[in-house]
Parts: sequence; structure tokens; C-alpha cells
Amino acid sequence: MVALVASREQVLSWLSEVPDPEIPVLTITDLGIVRDVLIGEELIVEVAPTYSGCPATEVIEQSVIDALHAHGISDVVVKRVLSPAWTTDWISAEGRNKLKEYGIAPPQQGASKRELLHVNRGIACPRCDSVNTQVVSEFGSTACKASYKCSDCLEPFEYFKCI
Amino acid sequence: MNKDQALFAYVARLGDNALILGQRMVELVAAYPELEEELANANFALDFIGQARMFYSYAGELEGSGRGEDEFAFLRDENEFRNFLLLEQPNGHFGDSITRLMLFESFYLLLLEALTHCSDERVVEIAARAEKEIRYHLRHNTQWFVRLGDGTDESHERVQASLNNLWQFTGEMLAADEIDNIFQAEYEGPDLFEIRKAWRTSVAAIVAEATLTQPDDQWMASGGKQGRHSEHLGYLIAEMQYLQRAHPGASW
Repeated sequence: MVALVASREQVLSWLSEVPDPEIPVLTITDLGIVRDVLIGEELIVEVAPTYSGCPATEVIEQSVIDALHAHGISDVVVKRVLSPAWTTDWISAEGRNKLKEYGIAPPQQGASKRELLHVNRGIACPRCDSVNTQVVSEFGSTACKASYKCSDCLEPFEYFKCI
Repeated sequence: MNKDQALFAYVARLGDNALILGQRMVELVAAYPELEEELANANFALDFIGQARMFYSYAGELEGSGRGEDEFAFLRDENEFRNFLLLEQPNGHFGDSITRLMLFESFYLLLLEALTHCSDERVVEIAARAEKEIRYHLRHNTQWFVRLGDGTDESHERVQASLNNLWQFTGEMLAADEIDNIFQAEYEGPDLFEIRKAWRTSVAAIVAEATLTQPDDQWMASGGKQGRHSEHLGYLIAEMQYLQRAHPGASW
């Protein structure tokens, strides 16, 4: 029984120290992918994948297991939860601030079908806040980001796409 | 065929479509003429491979004989794959690849939307995840299709030829077989008759915007959904399965 070892809140606070492997400035709780922690016979951590083919999924699951092992919990089961599907709206306010400080424009709130079907306008440059920016490539260094350029400060930057 | 068998066959077929198209796109990795499209293609391929993994994992659970995603992908022969013929056709030139994606994803998006309303909870979950991805793909690929059609004389002519050539493979996507019918009846699955109407409207609008001519409904090729494939699939899976065939059981 792990219930003796830690409370749900304690486990969540440990998980809030696990970085995302592709954007290490964010933790997995900032990203909103830790859905729940269930404590019973074994400890179950429910994790929502971001994209179907996200290569970080297995790495994240292993990081969760490693982090809890480090805190003395050996019976950990990571369960992938597909529903409801993760959206960028689940990224926390703190996560959005961290992204901006890191130089990645955070996703706009309110991921909607309409937004997915139309080119985003008015993405603010994370450096100078100008909205006079242009898309360079719909894809960037990872599937979840697009490449933009600021027409005022002329710096290139990445935009965390809204899905 | 009973209800359980139909569900298994339906889910495995969704996995086959995603895997075979994903593998075709993987062939283009590091072959695109510019970086932006290189990244787009690789990311789209990754989405399809990820979707295939989710469908295959579920198919394996339904089957209950211990097969998992790797067994479905690497240890089956051509006639066991039930993907659409459209998806196994060679990549051809850029216009061919874009046209294939536009035709398939216009259909796949409608199918996924309908699947999010079926009565099988796991299919609903996978479809909801995949739908968001395909919506993004389709936006990108449609823009390219329109740009090529409404581009130079040469691009117009070549993408019209792509459309004429690939049109014959669209029939089987939209024609229900026994598996589709059972899935519709027993699991509140997609109505391919309705999807066909919506697909035709949406494709006609895209083709018109691209200043192209929609081909007449000619003879349609079929058989992929029943495991009767063109010669192209064998070469594709020979490459995809090479490692497992040369070194059975290899893992890392």
C-alpha cells in the first residue's frame, strides 16, 4: 500500500518538479498533462498525451516513474488517458509565463475549431510584445511549435501552437 | 461476422490506413526541396504513426491473443493489411503527394468527426485526439493544393494530372462493406453515405478554388479494404519490415 507513504497532494507536488523533455523550462504539471493521481493498491498516475505521435510520451512516462522511485515509491503505474483530449488550454498561467520568458510565444487561449482552420493572426513577439509578426513555417523544432519572425525587433521566435 | 469481430476488424483497418500512409510519408523524410515542407511532412507522418499505434494497441486488446502494435505492423503479410489502395500508391512528385493527402484527409476528417459520436468509448477517445491533428494537416495540405492548381501553367497541369490519376482510388473509401455496415449498426458508427455527400461537397469546393476540373466518376479501383492490394504495397512493407525479418524479435 502506497497510501501509507504519500498523499495525493504530495505526489502531485513531486510531479510538479518533473521537466518536459522537449521544453525543459516547463514541468509536466505546467503543461497540464498530469490528469490525476489515484492512490490504492498501487499508485496510478494518469497522463494525457499531447500529440498521437509525440516522441516524448515514453520519456515522460519513464520520468514520472523515476521521480516517484526517487521518493521511495516503487509501485507506480502510468496510465495513458486519451479523453478528454489534451488541448493547449490546459497549460497553466504559470506555464504560459515561463514559456514567454524562455522566448516561446505561448498558445492563445480558447483553442477552437475555427482557429485551427484559419491562420493565426496577432501572435505577440515574446521579446518586444509587438503583434507585427509573420509566420515563417507552420512547423518548428517540435511538432507542437511553429516558427515566426517579429517584423519590429526582427528576431525569430517559436510559437506554441494552439490545438 | 459477429459484432466483436467487426469491431476488431474495423479498428485494425483504421490502424492499417494510418500506418501505410505514415510509412509512405516517412519515405520522403530528408527528400523535400525545402525545410518548411520537410518539417511539415515529418510531423504529419509522426501523427499517422502515433494514430496507428493507438488503433493497433486497441485492436490487440480486442483480439486478446497477445498481439500488440509491433506484431500488427511488422509480422503480417500484404493480404492481411486492409488499407485503402490510395494510401499505398507511390509518392510520385510533390503534387501527387499533396493531392493524395487532400483527398484522403478530407475524408478522414469527416470519418473521425463521426467516430467521436460512436458508442465505443475507446474509439471515441482515439478519434477525438486524431481529429485535432488531421484538421491541422488538412489546412496545410489544402493550401498547397490550391497554390499548385492556381499556380503556374506547369503546376496547374501537373496537379490536374495527379487528381485525374488518383481519383480512381477514392471510390473504396466511400463505399461501405460488411465491416462498415456492422460497425454502423452495432456501434452507432459513421454513415458512409452521408460522409460521401459531405466529402464530395468539400472536395468540389477545394478543386474549384484550385481552378482545377473535377474528374468524372469513372471506373473505381477497389480491394484494399479486403486485402487485395496493388503491387506497390509489397515493396513498402518489405522495406518497413526488413529489420524484423532479418533479425526476428530484435528490440531496443
